[in-house]
Amino acid sequence: MAILSKDEAQALLKKVLSYSTADECEVSLNGRTTGNIRYARNSVSTAGAADSVSLAVESRFGKRSGVATCNEFDEATLRRCVQRAEEIARLAPESPEYVPLLGPQTYLSPPSAATTLLTAATRAQAAADSMNLCAAKKLTAAGFIDGGARFQAMRNSKGLEAYQQSTNTDFSVTVRTADGRGSGYAIADVTDPAKLNTKVLTQRAADKALGSVNAKAIEPGKYTVILEPAALMDGGDLSLLGGLVYGLDARSADEGRSFLSKKGGGNRKGEKLFDERVSIYSDPLNAEVPGNAFDNDGLPTKRMNWVEKGVVKNLYYSRFWAEKNKVAPTPFPSGFIMTGGTQSTAELIKGTAKGILVTRLWYIREVDPQTLLYTGLTRDGTFYIENGAIKFPIKNLRFNESPIIMLNNVEAMGRPQRLAGCLIPPLKIRDFTFTSLSDAI
Amino acid sequence: MRRRDFVGLTGLAAGACFLPNFPSLGGTPVDPARLLEGIDPALKKRLADAALNAAKSAGASYADVRIGRYLNQSIFTREKQVQNIVSGESFGAGVRVLANGTWGFAATNTVTEASLAKAAQLAVAIAKANAKVQKEQVKLAPQKGFGEVSWKTPIQQNAFEVPVAQKVELLLAANAKATDNGAAFVNSALFQINEQKYFASTDGSYIDQDVHRIWPTFSVTAIDRASGKFRTRDALNAPMGLGYEYLTPKAADKVAGPAGSGVVGYRNSYDMLEDAALAAKQVKEKLTAKSVTPGKYDLVLDPNHLGLTIHESVGHPLELDRVLGYEANYAGTSFATLEWKAKQIPYGSKLVNIVADKLQPGSLGAVGYDDEGVKTKQWDLIREGMLVNYEKIRDQAHIVNQAESDGCCYADSWNSVQFQRMPNVSLQPGPAKHSVDEMIKGVDKGIYIAGRGSYSIDQQRYNFQFGGQVFYAIEKGRITGMLEDVAYQANTQEFWNSCAAICDQSDYRLFGSFFDGKGQPSQVSAVSHGSSTTRFNGVNVINTARKIG
Repeated sequence: MAILSKDEAQALLKKVLSYSTADECEVSLNGRTTGNIRYARNSVSTAGAADSVSLAVESRFGKRSGVATCNEFDEATLRRCVQRAEEIARLAPESPEYVPLLGPQTYLSPPSAATTLLTAATRAQAAADSMNLCAAKKLTAAGFIDGGARFQAMRNSKGLEAYQQSTNTDFSVTVRTADGRGSGYAIADVTDPAKLNTKVLTQRAADKALGSVNAKAIEPGKYTVILEPAALMDGGDLSLLGGLVYGLDARSADEGRSFLSKKGGGNRKGEKLFDERVSIYSDPLNAEVPGNAFDNDGLPTKRMNWVEKGVVKNLYYSRFWAEKNKVAPTPFPSGFIMTGGTQSTAELIKGTAKGILVTRLWYIREVDPQTLLYTGLTRDGTFYIENGAIKFPIKNLRFNESPIIMLNNVEAMGRPQRLAGCLIPPLKIRDFTFTSLSDAI
Repeated sequence: MRRRDFVGLTGLAAGACFLPNFPSLGGTPVDPARLLEGIDPALKKRLADAALNAAKSAGASYADVRIGRYLNQSIFTREKQVQNIVSGESFGAGVRVLANGTWGFAATNTVTEASLAKAAQLAVAIAKANAKVQKEQVKLAPQKGFGEVSWKTPIQQNAFEVPVAQKVELLLAANAKATDNGAAFVNSALFQINEQKYFASTDGSYIDQDVHRIWPTFSVTAIDRASGKFRTRDALNAPMGLGYEYLTPKAADKVAGPAGSGVVGYRNSYDMLEDAALAAKQVKEKLTAKSVTPGKYDLVLDPNHLGLTIHESVGHPLELDRVLGYEANYAGTSFATLEWKAKQIPYGSKLVNIVADKLQPGSLGAVGYDDEGVKTKQWDLIREGMLVNYEKIRDQAHIVNQAESDGCCYADSWNSVQFQRMPNVSLQPGPAKHSVDEMIKGVDKGIYIAGRGSYSIDQQRYNFQFGGQVFYAIEKGRITGMLEDVAYQANTQEFWNSCAAICDQSDYRLFGSFFDGKGQPSQVSAVSHGSSTTRFNGVNVINTARKIG
């Protein structure tokens, strides 16, 4: 029963809600059915499948609240679950951040679910396509395919009803030469697994692996770079761009402990912090990266501008922080869209006199939250560009750079591509700071 | 759990991430009272046999089943208030099978004989589907069955039996110590884990284990509103494989840092209130500390800092799955290949002796048996600077011509497939008496670093960069004041070969990593790293200050 229909889910939630004796009660269901296959050394290493559904009940008496969940659905268990939530609520301290539950909401209908999913056999075939291509070229593939469907449903005593289904499949592959002197990478995520072509992606990684053999060392320093989308967003909030967009939080800024804090107090919403070509928004109805209809609080998602022409237009306000500051709460987006240009990465390379092409960045960690300085390394395909063409592969480099500085040093932007549920353009950036060389391949 | 959820849970400064809801640790919230109910081992044996028999009937040459109840409780507070209390329970079973020389795995949270048998059949079907595209047959090191055995973390007080109110009171008292001493903000948390796991395999083992771990922690923030500058200082303790007794401080467990630093380290018990007060004083000092001049320094590294460097530059590169390429697509590979080992290149100086250990009391990695039924042990990884062995599981031993697993197999949940994870990896203390103050006396131009800060290392574990929580300048044999904006960059082999002195056993302490991520889908594990304060000569230090306008 991993994926319940809207009617099945709401009927179950309605029954659970009828057991409540609390002042307020909110109930939610989360279910998923997923499968994965992992391969390395051109051979399958592990594979698995998992189904799960769980129910959460939040009961409130005044400003006290308690949460209980269960993953069995007979009537006795459901009743016990509600009772446990109420017991915890009665014992909990009053929350100074209490906000009443939301009433009925109107939701958009993002096109987030495909009808056909991968099976164990089709996953195995997709992996075989990737491995066979590499084996034929005497290359070694290590990859991962993981995907499935999920649903979320909510209902509460104030009349809120919400339901959404989504599907997602992730694929990534690292191809290495047999002697370990070259390595390449490709990644993709799709709503509809029919759109996943592991052969094309593996070919891209294989080309980078072959092209990165005999890498030369260059001096660390400031360079013009072309950062492919995987170098900007792979890793979610542990990525160079993700650290910025997932950190647009009003509360920490207002409290004086964020890169968005203003000297003397307050936050920097409304200030121009980036190059005027930088615009970042979220849109659940985007056809290429459809998002969630509602966030965990049940707030309806909508199109939101976060950065427009370099100006910070919105920050994330939780329902509590919004009420305290007398502004509207911000629904939490499931992905971001950064606008770009029309050029491909190859066209960006053509327009570059001297620079470095970066396929992927790795082990990115925040060094200083004050300036959003991050460190990390290039990986799986780093090339020197001269006179509009790739001249030779270079050894990997460690960077120490802030995305705030980076987005002030924009030279050009390419065509956005889907990655990690976001649309991200390749970026050409000047004066990107590399601080040391790495021997890693 | 996605990576950003780890950040939500562990990034207590909370400055750089949305935190609309704290997720549970992969489990589901439940009434804490239910957590103490046990499950009859006889029932688990019956369920396990149903899975094993179904797997064999479906054509598996080997099968194991793990029936697990994974409990976690996390309490989050800030200043005077509780932010969230999450009591989670995750119960279910995972069946792993070997069929046609290929692994298959399936999991279910419907724990009945019929459902387990079905999961076993699905696992065999997956294995057979994958066998068709398989090129390298799985070969398991032989493992004898142990019959019906059990093991329990030797705790004195089960943290799950301590009333939530008492734990909240402790965290709020620590917060008060921080704000009373001048911190603008303080976030604190207490993470508790109890893995009640039952393992059975076709080798004839039925292993019942009860594993406990605990991590109290905090982060304090100081702010200079006029300049807009802010700094944080995190707790200087370690997560441990202990019960709630860890939170009753004992004077004998406190270890003073070098004279002039004010740093205090902790062994098997933690004085959270003392550390919170000290953190508030130190974080204010950080606001006006001198910015470091980049260059070469001799580093004196506290165990609470060095543990992470050991983890990243020794623990990970010696995982045999990485060495062999199984993690190439995500965590990466390793410079310490079999060919590299054969060249007999020194990993570190002759002072460097590093052991792997799944037995060490109080450590996060201590268990009786691993998650594929192998009895745990201790073994050498680096002896007098030379690499002598790796970290292995059953399907890897034959690749390095060894007859047995090292017992490093772990899964973070019943619904995760078990694979090779890092054991506790620790630097042995120096054999001769040597105190931290004596070590500082010998340094002409150096930096003393304590606490876990920013960290990053490449995918083959050559080039790394580490920050810390507190930094002190050492000039002509003494500590002369606090420094800021410090990070050191080094190459693993150069760094360990620059190891010049190690303090003795009296300074030895454990560091811990509670949410170490690896694998696809990503799984967490917890692991400890022991060391005494250690000196490394001539390490490159950079200045991390920037201006963003």
